[in-house]
Amino acid sequence: MSQATESDVREDGVIESVSGPVVTAKDLDARMNDVVYVGNEGLMGEVIEIEGNITTIQVYEETSDVSPGEPVESTGAPLSVDLGPGMLDSIYDGVQRPLDVLEEKMNSAFLDRGVDAPGIDLEKTWEFTPTVEEGDEVEPGDVVGTVPETPSIDHKVMVPPDFEGGEVVAAESGDFDVETAVVELDNGEEITMHQEWPVREARPSLEKQTPTTPLVSGQRILDGLFPIAKGGTAAIPGPFGSGKTVTQHQLAKWADADIVVYVGCGERGNEMTEVIEDFPELEDPVTGNALMDRTCLIANTSNMPVAARESCVYTGITIAEYFRDMGYDVALMADSTSRWAEAMREISSRLEEMPGEEGYPAYLAARLSEFYERAGYFENINGTEGSVSVIGAVSPPGGDFSEPVTQNTLRIVKTFWALDADLAERRHFPAINWNESYSLYRDQLDPWFEDNVAADWPEQRQWAIDTLDEEAELQEIVQLVGKDALPEDQQLTLEVARYLREAWLQQNAFHDVDTFCEPEKTYRILGAIKTFNDEAFDALDAGVPVEELIEIEAVPRLNRIGVQEDYNEYVDELESDIESQLRELY
Amino acid sequence: MQKEYKTITEISGPLVFAEVDEPVGYDEIVEIETADGETRNGQVLESTSDHVAIQVFEGTAGIDRESSVRFIGETMKMDLTEDLLGRVLSGSGEPIDGGPDIEPDEKRDIVGEAINPFSREYPEEFIQTGVSAIDGMNTLVRGQKLPIFSASGLPHNDLALQIARQATVPEEAKGEDGDDEGSEFAVIFGAMGITAEEANEFMDDFERTGALERSVVFMNLADDPAVERTITPRLALTTAEYLAFDKGYHVLVILTDMTNYCEALREIGAAREEVPGRRGYPGYMYTDLAQLYERAGRIEGREGSVTQIPILTMPGDDDTHPIPDLTGYITEGQIYIDRDLNSQGVKPPIYVLPSLSRLMDDGIGEGLTRADHADVSDQLYAAYAEGEDLRDLVNIVGREALSERDNKYLDFADRFEEEFVDQGFDTDRSIDETLDLGWELLSMFPKAELNRIDEDLIEEHYIDEETAEEVTAD
Repeated sequence: MSQATESDVREDGVIESVSGPVVTAKDLDARMNDVVYVGNEGLMGEVIEIEGNITTIQVYEETSDVSPGEPVESTGAPLSVDLGPGMLDSIYDGVQRPLDVLEEKMNSAFLDRGVDAPGIDLEKTWEFTPTVEEGDEVEPGDVVGTVPETPSIDHKVMVPPDFEGGEVVAAESGDFDVETAVVELDNGEEITMHQEWPVREARPSLEKQTPTTPLVSGQRILDGLFPIAKGGTAAIPGPFGSGKTVTQHQLAKWADADIVVYVGCGERGNEMTEVIEDFPELEDPVTGNALMDRTCLIANTSNMPVAARESCVYTGITIAEYFRDMGYDVALMADSTSRWAEAMREISSRLEEMPGEEGYPAYLAARLSEFYERAGYFENINGTEGSVSVIGAVSPPGGDFSEPVTQNTLRIVKTFWALDADLAERRHFPAINWNESYSLYRDQLDPWFEDNVAADWPEQRQWAIDTLDEEAELQEIVQLVGKDALPEDQQLTLEVARYLREAWLQQNAFHDVDTFCEPEKTYRILGAIKTFNDEAFDALDAGVPVEELIEIEAVPRLNRIGVQEDYNEYVDELESDIESQLRELY
Repeated sequence: MQKEYKTITEISGPLVFAEVDEPVGYDEIVEIETADGETRNGQVLESTSDHVAIQVFEGTAGIDRESSVRFIGETMKMDLTEDLLGRVLSGSGEPIDGGPDIEPDEKRDIVGEAINPFSREYPEEFIQTGVSAIDGMNTLVRGQKLPIFSASGLPHNDLALQIARQATVPEEAKGEDGDDEGSEFAVIFGAMGITAEEANEFMDDFERTGALERSVVFMNLADDPAVERTITPRLALTTAEYLAFDKGYHVLVILTDMTNYCEALREIGAAREEVPGRRGYPGYMYTDLAQLYERAGRIEGREGSVTQIPILTMPGDDDTHPIPDLTGYITEGQIYIDRDLNSQGVKPPIYVLPSLSRLMDDGIGEGLTRADHADVSDQLYAAYAEGEDLRDLVNIVGREALSERDNKYLDFADRFEEEFVDQGFDTDRSIDETLDLGWELLSMFPKAELNRIDEDLIEEHYIDEETAEEVTAD
């Protein structure tokens, strides 16, 4: 979190009452949403209500043993994040305090109170190379230099959006810390590598555009059936145990974004640890560098203070927007937005606000849409293009999608990946229900897939959808009369659909090869199943009984394409085997 | 710094409101002395400059406006020492076994601080519980929190006892840190609102097996004050953390019954006239439960670990009820106890399909359990799920109408329950025995059906023809 630097001195107040994370203070001179330090220990909090002389504060830390009468000090600035080199490869809590620095400062494995730390290392020096010369005119947002932040990412130093801009009078290359001015303008403005931005305010942009490039995820069911665009929004709702977190992790690992911001909002501590331990060892499939080099983690586990949970998604999206301004494609995963909504509910109920649906505050829908609207494919104020894609997990109570958080989220997002407990129970992973899920980006992304993967991508996909739909209908009949009572062609359709499910839709996240599937491979697997389908129906027409068709040796090999590294050869051989074995039958 | 007041203004349910003239800390401990000299303990729930709300652990009966209120000036602490092992304490941490007073080495705040996710070590050491349905299908690892989702009238206690009795970390699976503490666990048992009879069952078993020596027992029984239940698990977990992270023990914490804990939370919430969330439970119940469950884990550079097995009874067998629902979202999986399996006499009646261990994937495999573990478990799941589906169909169309393949799956599902799951509460199976049994069952199917298992593994473990023939014959 950003250290208060504003000079504007304000009156201190005293605590009037304490009830969990909600503290009220008397005589405090603070503006709405200002950050304040509460009590003798200086716990960080934010002003959320002002009524007469009484200011209500949500405190980002545990308030045990805090008593009325202790001081409250205002920083005069809203909750802001520190932006600059050093954010990648970091892990923060919900108010952007680096957790590794906290461990060192607290000298304990447990999170103590009242310790603050800047979001980026203010002493570390970075190698700055200016991209402007003396005499150049720069405007707000313009890139004035670069810093090699990690092997994967060049950090671009920009004129802060709230500067006026002007003519460059000095620009130096060399090693500097983030507080040193690296570019000076004729109007006296000094540009450092460090800027701050209030988390609840979207960073400015010129225009939001219609996204036309997919965020390729390497997951067959997503790329193949329900793609998300770069700059798009998606929701993954599902009951517990249906694989939300694994899906989010898979996206964080394999999605072809330049930067990944992963927000663990109110989730399990061990899961965050898994990310911290795994990511540095995993390789980015695009650059070959460690995944951590493009990743920023924000971890507010479920037992960390509830108010910081409320703010962690804002911290995340502000960081994402900052990288977007540099012209990068950023993917933000928020796991889980329900915990964020519940944090709002908890605070709202402590404020004794009039509750809306299911106790959630009436402004729930507004907050959710405000957040998702910060996603998009943007033309930035410096003329570059960048995107923020937001993928939010939703944890509906009892797996019931009619609850307010799921419903309000679905009204905004354009991609819906519905996780299904039944599929998870039979270990069909990813447990995304293909009948309920949808993507409204399909049409606008088709041209990309046609150009970059295969011209008949949309037709093949439609065939898969039709077959799966037909299977769903047939299954209802099978439930009543049994499979053998169906006509032979329908029995064959069921068999083909089974391979669609097992060989194509299912994907093993824990298998070294299968975990990532490029779109070409997704296309080839589907193609192989289609080959089986077409050949088998030909054979059926020629009078071969369905039992013989499905017993040929080659067919079960469809299920093994996923784990093949050299899949092209394997599929070529398999397709010709299927063809020859089926044609032998008639 | 003790301040004493005789300023009680209101008594309502478990809450007492009093006026104060000096500031009192939030969460601070309060002693209330009634007119007849009895002392009750409580905690500050809300503190303003002129009055406080106090929650009284032992009930408010007998307190009147003349009772005196003393603020201790500190938050609730647990007396900690290694000598707690072997002791039986009340729900508020007082010895009730007639033994000597506890001489604490240290006192620690019972609320506990969150473990910094950066300092955690990812749990991946396999715990062998000796129960096939857990070891084979929903593997438990050190530092995990894996609740048992049960319901009234089901033998969840027997299962918990079986786990407590049998849990070991097999030699070869030990971590690189080469701990010499032995692979046995110290058991912390936190009882919340269970009946005296259930408590006896646990105590008898602990005594019979000698487990009591390495246990610390916290007893809040059904007739003890409900509000006390909100501190019992915190005392238990503070003790667990101390033994694990300061003294290097591997600690297994059994908390039963979480449903009673949540009822107590609701009672306090209602007394405070809070805006209720779902089914009247407080809106902060997720946070509250997380503050308990998240106190499991391992810490980098420390010997010990805290593994939690909370037990909860689902009201009306309904897992969408807020208690199991919120629990499932926090814990790393769940083990379901099933009523139908129980009435069929399956012991333990674990229903593996909805059960899950989230940390399983990293705790099994070559060097941890066995190379074929993940594939075998996946295949068993898929086959059992298919068999279960077919059972519905059989009810309608009869077995004859099904194909040979379908009949095999039906037979498999039956044998899976009878042989794999139903092992009895006294059988302790090694992981090798469990997996070999899995192969025996899977070998009912032709090799091509085993599409989740690596081909090399099939070659290595598949039990050929004659065994399989025999089975399908019936």
